[in-house]
Amino acid sequence: MYEFNYHRPASLDEAKQILAANAEAKIIAGGMTLLPTMKLRLAQPSDLVDLSAIDGLDAISDAGSAIDIGAMARHADVAHSEVVRSAIPALADLADAIGDAQVRNRGTLGGSIANSDPAADYPAAILALNATIRTDQREIAADDYFLGMFETALADDELVVAVSFPKPKKAAYAKFHNPASRYAIVGVMVAETDSGIRVAVTGAGACAFRASDFEAALTESFSADALGSVSIDSDDLNSDLHASAGYRAHLVRVMAVRAVKALGG
Amino acid sequence: MQTKVSCTLNGEDVSADVDSRTLLVDMIREQLSLTGTHVGCDTSQCGACVVHVNGRSVKSCSMLALQAEGAEIITIEGVDSNGDLHPMQAAFREHHGLQCGFCTPGMIMSALDLVQQNPDPDDKEIREWLEGNLCRCTGYQNIVQAVKAGAKSMRAGGKEAE
Ligand SMILES: Cc1cc2nc3c(=O)[nH]c(=O)nc-3n(C[C@H](O)[C@H](O)[C@H](O)COP(=O)(O)OP(=O)(O)OC[C@H]3O[C@@H](n4cnc5c(N)ncnc54)[C@H](O)[C@@H]3O)c2cc1C
Ligand code: FES
Ligand code: FES
Repeated sequence: MYEFNYHRPASLDEAKQILAANAEAKIIAGGMTLLPTMKLRLAQPSDLVDLSAIDGLDAISDAGSAIDIGAMARHADVAHSEVVRSAIPALADLADAIGDAQVRNRGTLGGSIANSDPAADYPAAILALNATIRTDQREIAADDYFLGMFETALADDELVVAVSFPKPKKAAYAKFHNPASRYAIVGVMVAETDSGIRVAVTGAGACAFRASDFEAALTESFSADALGSVSIDSDDLNSDLHASAGYRAHLVRVMAVRAVKALGG
Repeated sequence: MQTKVSCTLNGEDVSADVDSRTLLVDMIREQLSLTGTHVGCDTSQCGACVVHVNGRSVKSCSMLALQAEGAEIITIEGVDSNGDLHPMQAAFREHHGLQCGFCTPGMIMSALDLVQQNPDPDDKEIREWLEGNLCRCTGYQNIVQAVKAGAKSMRAGGKEAE
């Protein structure tokens, strides 16, 4: 690792001041992605701003029509939260299947979506549940948030504070995981929301995206059979040592079918 | 720049002067001289470095020493009672849950976190929980048996090491 100054501010304002005063400063949340990157000297922040001492940033609460989850909520907190499990069991299950127990004990919702790894799980839930990302500066709609590989709508000095997940009528997540890391080779969340059926795919492309043909087919008939005739173009999908683009395209449909079947369709 | 970190390690107040880059595992091993916590990969994959921080199992190679300021840390050296093996340690010995032993401290610290959340885990739950702990020797079978027996023994208050 290159040298850096470490800060653990006690308030959001203090964190913002440190970020504003140091152009090369970076936030550290769980550190499960950032520290390995720094060990490889692929990142060279001048300062690390640890958000773990800021009160309330890990809060999980029922806001009526939505569940609000703070950026510093650890994956294990979301997995074990009764509030999340009773309103959006698919989200608790998704969090419970991220990485391994020790990754879940440190990794955070904010870190995951700020990082936007193409194989991360949470992005599927953000899109399928039509979540709103609340930052220190504004609110960002799910559909405007993921821009590309490791690229989001967040500005350099913008800080994720919380995510608001509207309660769906029903939702399920199916993931074909990499057996070594548990990251999604392909993960699909299918949700029936107030804004209709939403199908979001992670692991397959540069970043999470919605599969509009799948949404249209399921809107017509919410059944696994309805997905028999739709497919996804493999042209823009990822190809790596784990799976070819063609295989990923196949997996998108298989995972979508599993999610629909889990919802009784 | 050196900064002082203070925390409790296995119940004792300790402190060390560390660089901002010092990893928690390096502070524990190099500065506080407890070498039971191992470094297998240094890339958050293998789980040899698992310790408990404020009651939760974490990979100590993936946390900065400075992040442990004020924390309560338990390592493998802190689980016995006055020299008597912890029931989970006794179960690993009894069930041959180790061969070279390199992964064992991490396995045990991870297993103890599982049992505090799920006192009676089945084989599948144990295997899923140990996802982040790699063993190059045993093939896992005996580790799973050891964790199961250790959990049973803990439920019985440690009196029933099988
Ligand atoms: C072995 C292993 C297996 C894994 N398996 C999976 C898996 O199966 N599925 C999965 O989804 N993920 C997986 N992960 C990734 C894990 O979920 C990480 O925790 C997550 O990607 C990053 O979260 P973090 O809190 O650790 O963030 P950090 O590493 O601390 O930060 C990541 C990035 O986000 C920025 N950041 C953090 N918080 C904020 C914020 N509030 N606002 C703005 N920017 C912020 C940081 O500056 C940094 O650039 C795995 C990781 C490991 C090590
Ligand atoms: S040494 Fe920490 S996970 Fe391998
Ligand atoms: S006993 Fe040798 S690595 Fe597990």
